[in-house]
Amino acid sequence: MNAVSQKQKRKQKAYSDYVKQITPTHSLPLNMLRAFVTGGGICVLGQLILGVARGRGLDTDTAGTWCSVILIFLSVLLTGLNIYPKIGQFGGAGGLVPITGFANSVAASAIEFRAEGQVFGIGCKIFTIAGPVILYGILSSWILGIIYYILKLTGVM
Amino acid sequence: MSGIMDYINAFWVGGLICALVQILLDRTKLMPGRVMVLLVCTGAVLSALGIYQPFADFAGAGASVPLLGFGHLLFKGMREAIDENGVIGLFMGGFTACAAGVSAALIFSYLASWIFRPKMKE
Repeated sequence: MNAVSQKQKRKQKAYSDYVKQITPTHSLPLNMLRAFVTGGGICVLGQLILGVARGRGLDTDTAGTWCSVILIFLSVLLTGLNIYPKIGQFGGAGGLVPITGFANSVAASAIEFRAEGQVFGIGCKIFTIAGPVILYGILSSWILGIIYYILKLTGVM
Repeated sequence: MSGIMDYINAFWVGGLICALVQILLDRTKLMPGRVMVLLVCTGAVLSALGIYQPFADFAGAGASVPLLGFGHLLFKGMREAIDENGVIGLFMGGFTACAAGVSAALIFSYLASWIFRPKMKE
């Protein structure tokens, strides 16, 4: 009995050593630098699109909409070509935080789950990330909207 | 047209937001999906507090491209709809504001699922 538990303990220790050994040790400052460069680069690309759109005489809102749609298109394309995952691996949060990271997760689930069918495959799984983001985005802005409406009624705003 | 300062501001502000979120990812083991939800909701709150608009005016795409900007867009749409339509605007503004982004993500992703095959994870 005692020998068995000794053996188990040794096994557990060997296992935890192994886990420690293969868990990649990341340096936070380096990761932050990578995120900074990647995220900053994507935002500069966005600013470039904004600049071109404004140069063509579009108003700020329409230019912003074009910017989102083009970035989303590029992100979905790069996801399909398996390039965006590499950007995400390198940039960490830099690939995740911009709108392109959102589009990447939507496209990745659509591509991955097509084999499971049109309705219960793509139809459901395309919302794996989009669903929570849309739900909580709409819900939080709805709650804030109620507060805004009440403040407006009472003449505070 | 954007001046050179607009690009510099977009770069460092957008980069800084990502670097700060990287701390969150590395230190808390929060899943990416949760981080995205958190960013959108935070953006909506900052927008409602009137902080995000001046910030967006300064940073341009550095503020609008990160998902915080998506939350800002949602609340901005909500406020405009309430101003225009009253209470029923509460049920219109959010989706109106995010219509283009969400439609683009869904439609392009659907089309991509027909064009591209799933890749093996490396």
